[in-house]
Amino acid sequence: MSTLQVSLYRYNPETDSAPYMQEFQIDTQGRDLMVLNVLELIKEQDSTMVYRRSCREGVCGSDGMNMNGKNGLACVTPLSDVVRNNKLVLRPLPGLPVIRDLVVDMGIFYRQYERIQPYLQNDDPTPAIERLQSPEDRDKLDGLYECILCACCSSSCPSFWWNPDKFVGPAGLLQSYRFLADSRDTATRDRLADLEDPFSVFRCRGIMNCVSVCPKGLNPTRAIGKIREMLLTNAT
Amino acid sequence: MSMRSLTFDAIIIGGGGSGLRAALELAKSGKKTAVLSKVFPTRSHTVSAQGGITCAIASADPNDDWRWHMYDTVKGGDYITDQDAAEYMCSEGPKSVFELEHMGLPFSRFDNGRIYQRPFGGQSKDFGKGGQAARTCAAADRTGHALLHTLYQNNLKNNTTFLNEWYAVDLVKNANNDVVGCIAMCIETGEVVHVKSKATVLATGGAGRIYASTTNALINTGDGIGMALRAGFPMQDMEMWQFHPTGIYGAGVLVTEGCRGEGGYLVNKDGERFMERYAPNAKDLAGRDVVARSMVMEILEGRGCGEKGDHVYLKLDHLGEEVLGKRLPGIVELSKTFAAADPAKEPIPVVPTCHYMMGGIPTNVHGQAIMQDADGKDQIINGLFACGEAACVSVHGANRLGGNSLLDLVVFGRAAGMYIEGALNEGIDYLDASQSDIDSALARMNRWNESGNGESIPALRAELQDIMQTSFGVFRQEDHMQEGVKKLADLRGRIAEAHLPDKSNAFNTARVEALELDNLMEVAEATAISALERKESRGAHSRYDYPDRDDANWLKHSIYFPLEKRLGKRDVNFKPKTVDTFEPKVRTY
Amino acid sequence: MVTNITNPGRSGLADWLIQRVSAVILALYTLFIVGYLLFNPGLDYIAWSGLFSQAWMRIFSLLAFVSLAAHAWVGLWIVTTDYLNKWVGIRLAVQTFIILAVFVFLVWGIQVLWGA
Repeated sequence: MSTLQVSLYRYNPETDSAPYMQEFQIDTQGRDLMVLNVLELIKEQDSTMVYRRSCREGVCGSDGMNMNGKNGLACVTPLSDVVRNNKLVLRPLPGLPVIRDLVVDMGIFYRQYERIQPYLQNDDPTPAIERLQSPEDRDKLDGLYECILCACCSSSCPSFWWNPDKFVGPAGLLQSYRFLADSRDTATRDRLADLEDPFSVFRCRGIMNCVSVCPKGLNPTRAIGKIREMLLTNAT
Repeated sequence: MSMRSLTFDAIIIGGGGSGLRAALELAKSGKKTAVLSKVFPTRSHTVSAQGGITCAIASADPNDDWRWHMYDTVKGGDYITDQDAAEYMCSEGPKSVFELEHMGLPFSRFDNGRIYQRPFGGQSKDFGKGGQAARTCAAADRTGHALLHTLYQNNLKNNTTFLNEWYAVDLVKNANNDVVGCIAMCIETGEVVHVKSKATVLATGGAGRIYASTTNALINTGDGIGMALRAGFPMQDMEMWQFHPTGIYGAGVLVTEGCRGEGGYLVNKDGERFMERYAPNAKDLAGRDVVARSMVMEILEGRGCGEKGDHVYLKLDHLGEEVLGKRLPGIVELSKTFAAADPAKEPIPVVPTCHYMMGGIPTNVHGQAIMQDADGKDQIINGLFACGEAACVSVHGANRLGGNSLLDLVVFGRAAGMYIEGALNEGIDYLDASQSDIDSALARMNRWNESGNGESIPALRAELQDIMQTSFGVFRQEDHMQEGVKKLADLRGRIAEAHLPDKSNAFNTARVEALELDNLMEVAEATAISALERKESRGAHSRYDYPDRDDANWLKHSIYFPLEKRLGKRDVNFKPKTVDTFEPKVRTY
Repeated sequence: MVTNITNPGRSGLADWLIQRVSAVILALYTLFIVGYLLFNPGLDYIAWSGLFSQAWMRIFSLLAFVSLAAHAWVGLWIVTTDYLNKWVGIRLAVQTFIILAVFVFLVWGIQVLWGA
């Protein structure tokens, strides 16, 4: 069978009073396409269907969406990974306001990222060359700096659904730890002080949805655990 | 209909590496600046850069010298690199790289704590006499991602204003032909505004999407080039397109040259390391144009791999899982996803793939855009700046070296920012645009919005990409190119009549794609006519019918004038300020 | 930093620590009671009240009651800030009710332990 049954979330604020699901039949010619390719084929049929995309190789983080119930990047998700019974259901990332079709408003996600001061802070005088860092210290940033801000993790996290304005969310916390773990950053105390309230970090209940959906194979739950350890060490 | 206007001291169009670097400089200076980007900045194509940023920071080799880097750059560009620009980039480079490190870029490290540097193609010590150099500073194989995020983060720190998911439609010029802003559309709401600014910076990146097979992101549609051409400004060296040797066969996804820098090599169907024949010294680390041509020769002569014999293999398995995991983790991931091959066990199928536009908007080292007056003399275009891939400074000449693009972004992004800050301090005063000036910048948008019927946008785009792929690929020849130019002329007429079916306002990506198609058309035509007229082979521009470099006639930049669709020439700068001129020599690796 | 006034420890870290320590105490207490019941199959009122007349058992029980109160307060406070996060008035009312209920049960528990 090479005709794929695609069920797509549609909503255009100018014409629709409520969102609805639209069915498409897509001829894949038997190829194991990426979900993004399927969207391109749909767009050729119906140019009013909208989604975000850019690099098409899983590094820019534009095309995070919900595919058969699981968040991921359309461009690096082959049909064989998600399609069951020849059916593919595509929805926008959950928990974020929908602008149109698969495009969500990521404002609150970005604001949580900005809140953790996602930049290196160092009060020491700037050297004439680079700041030195041992390979071992640099290794501590692996698994952290690779985040592409696709929001697959935060939008799969129930704690973020409930309190997106207060809980930083897995993506923001992963980046928070990326700077806490950086041997070149000197703002550790201030960073921790900003996180010890009951929401920012402690809303994480460790259900690991974030780990299960991260298209880059990163582990925000572990980073959150490390932040908690640092908070504990700092306060006892 | 009244249109809202926004006013800035400087507007930067494009949120990639060069745009963000320029913005950072201006944000620090306190000027009223905004970055206008059609995607959230970290979705820009800089994020896909892998291997690194080439710069003589003297880490791998304490005796490294920026002059050696400059020599490589000039030679790599087949001697139409502007030597004053290469001198500026290579000498200012270390400052820019250290700055990035201070901003937090997570470079990989040597045991002594300094920035890790790997060998890349076309690098040498001691002006080509000292063997292979290792000069490319890397953050594993995700340097572009690390660089772009670091720059975005530091713009947040410095409170830069962002207009994210806004699309720049066209430049607005006043009666004196000065650029005084642009027309832009908020993609989310469809609102169209007039952005007024004293300095307009085109940092819109490349246009690889004019080809059917490209490593470029889907957003690389040459928007800045299209805007400048429609405004009547000339383009330089548009025939010079780099084909990267290692795009994944079928998918077009890039596999970094760093793979070969770390010890990988290319083999044909007989398992032969064929680059030993084409470039006995540098082998797999010859210039990209040289390697790409050699691969195509292997394929044409029947030594290609696979059922159709239309690609070759990149062998990495001998490096071992540890090196792959530490130095090339992203490549392992991409290869598994897009080639279904684990590089630790089997080779990656690769083929030369359109990668980079060496040409672009001619600028000086301050990012000021240049045109020619009636006598063929350089003349500054008031109010218009360009940096990054959209600009042609020209540091890359006829062929860019690996790792030089990221350096170009930060060095010239910073230079443009510094120059604009100075100019704003001295005071800039241009005539305001009249209503008719604004209307003419709106004309294209209005045309699409009023289109009633006509051909579909995706079909026309695919046709354009096929023409470019067929007639303007790695090897070129007169008759094919003439055919291509003719087809493009026809296509231009049809695009002018094409139909935008979706006229809605909220996040209308079909409208964005329509506007992008116009830009692809502009870039394709400039490329085609420039390629047809440069009757020699130099760097990335190889012709069967003119196989040799012709320094007597073509040791020049080509300069394309869009109004007359004519190709002129512009002198290459051979006068660096602090070093002797590198005289043109036969280019071998 | 997100500010709060109705959570028990006034800081996420304190709440988190309270919940984990109280959980350990409750687990130990439960194990002890279950073990005691298993090892004393023919348990009668005399033996049972004898156990609770000893000072160490009363202290252990009080510790467990306080832990239960703290654990419930932290846990239910979190539940209200999740499920009732859009209705401030209702949330405040429910939180007040929870605090009062926890207080009443705790005092009642103390009275049962020492009052007999």
